[in-house]
Amino acid sequence: MDEPLPHARFIRAVPRNGKRLQFVFEGEAMSGFEGETVLTALLCNTGHVRQFEFSATLRAGFCIMAACQDCWVWCEDGTRLRACTTPLADGMRLLSSPPPPEQV
Amino acid sequence: MKAIVVGGGPAGLRAAMTLAQHGLEPVLLDEAARPGGQGYRSPAPGIALDIAALMGSQKAKYERLHRQFEAARDTIDYRERTSVWAIDGHTLFIERNGHTNVLTFDSLIVASGATDRIVPLPGWTVPGVFSLGGAQIALKDQGALIGRRVAFLGSSPLLALAAKQYQATGATVAGVFDTAPFYAKIRAVPHLLHAPHTALRGLSYLAQLRMSGVPLHFGIEPVRIEGCDRVETLVLRDRTGREMHIDCDAVALGYGLKPETQLAELAGASFAFDKSFRMWLPVIDADGRAGPDLYLAGDGAAIGGADAAEASGTLAALALLADTGHTVAQSQIDRLRASIKRLRRFQRGLATAFAWPHRDAGALPGETIVCRCENVSAGDIRAALGVGLIPPELNRVKAITRCGMGRCQGRMCGPALQEIVAAQSGAPVATVGRLRTQAPIKPIALSAAEMPR
Ligand code: FES
Repeated sequence: MDEPLPHARFIRAVPRNGKRLQFVFEGEAMSGFEGETVLTALLCNTGHVRQFEFSATLRAGFCIMAACQDCWVWCEDGTRLRACTTPLADGMRLLSSPPPPEQV
Repeated sequence: MKAIVVGGGPAGLRAAMTLAQHGLEPVLLDEAARPGGQGYRSPAPGIALDIAALMGSQKAKYERLHRQFEAARDTIDYRERTSVWAIDGHTLFIERNGHTNVLTFDSLIVASGATDRIVPLPGWTVPGVFSLGGAQIALKDQGALIGRRVAFLGSSPLLALAAKQYQATGATVAGVFDTAPFYAKIRAVPHLLHAPHTALRGLSYLAQLRMSGVPLHFGIEPVRIEGCDRVETLVLRDRTGREMHIDCDAVALGYGLKPETQLAELAGASFAFDKSFRMWLPVIDADGRAGPDLYLAGDGAAIGGADAAEASGTLAALALLADTGHTVAQSQIDRLRASIKRLRRFQRGLATAFAWPHRDAGALPGETIVCRCENVSAGDIRAALGVGLIPPELNRVKAITRCGMGRCQGRMCGPALQEIVAAQSGAPVATVGRLRTQAPIKPIALSAAEMPR
């Protein structure tokens, strides 16, 4: 198991048996494990998952059970996903806010 | 005869198993990736968590439910990662992997479970504050902790349980902070004796935490959470009014459970205000009947805990079977009714011991963000009422302030909104109305938005 990263929000408390998966968040290369959700993988690397729409603050999800909807992240292709219920997949390219229109 | 069960927790699993035992081939729709619901969640594949050790004294029940469901799985059309986002008559609108579809039913059992009931406080939107149930799911499903040094805040028997699980898996517990006074727990003893094992288990968690030096405080008043991009300090006031500053990097927040009643409402259930829970609950008979061809079970119908969920799932299925001309054993029905009654009475006792702090919720400081979707503060809600143009009715207040209109549809802010509106207008809480549900009950991804035929 990896040492927890200093700015990470979540701590992996038990070992992972699954494959290591590579993904990108805000242009930065990160990795997680098979079996993890997008929320877990992101928060084991960094402190938040999204920028709040109505003020310059960050959000990291809240309920972790598909109820609060405060963990929706963007993909670089302009689609969106709910991080706490979506399994991490190799090669995902994720953003904390909508991509600029010309890139979609 | 097509029966559909919605929800893969203990109530839904038992309901589906009971229908299958009587020769029906039920469809079981589960929003989660694996059966078990929230309380009996199993770790995701690849996460090497010793769940049995974590479940402690609940281990035997957890294992029995999962084992029996595995054995019955061939007889049940189990569909994981499938959410129901609307209901129209006898038609369910479902979404799976970004694709929508419809399913029709003759009889429906809804076992939609519960979420945490939340009282907001200033700073609760800072990264690192999670619902208490969420903190447990991070651990049980993902083998992850929400922080290194975690404070447990609210009013719930699950605070001590979660704190103990976190401590056992390597977190530092910064403290367990309960807003209900300790005497409330003593007053609830007559009710708690309806389920003495559960009551004793709760007490033993508290004793174990205290022995390991974890600070335990009762009757505290939450003040705020400090930190900008991450939680740094939890500020509280103790019973004497002294401020306490708790150094922590995460907070788990929970004030008991709140039934997920959106599907029941769309399916036609009616609601009544329950004074001891201070919530609107769907109206059901002793067996879970909520309307023609509609049955409700588990915490989504009435908070009762996992044992009551299993029993009420079985009972709702037996009611469905009896109503559709199958032969069922009356002795089993009688036994289940008695045990559900006892367990739900126990939960009423818990509602006293771990009281919902409605006065605090009604008196939240103006700057507190109540609606985390739309950024609406307690002050915004009071200002809307103060103009006097709108009657103190939740759906009107929602239309003006947008509180409860966001993506969570009031799941997180609804209970506090209700108390703020009642307190500000001086109206009894039962008269300020109930937030109405609208389909889709949860946002669906754009790729799924094309309508089914
Ligand atoms: S964290 Fe609440 S919906 Fe994902």
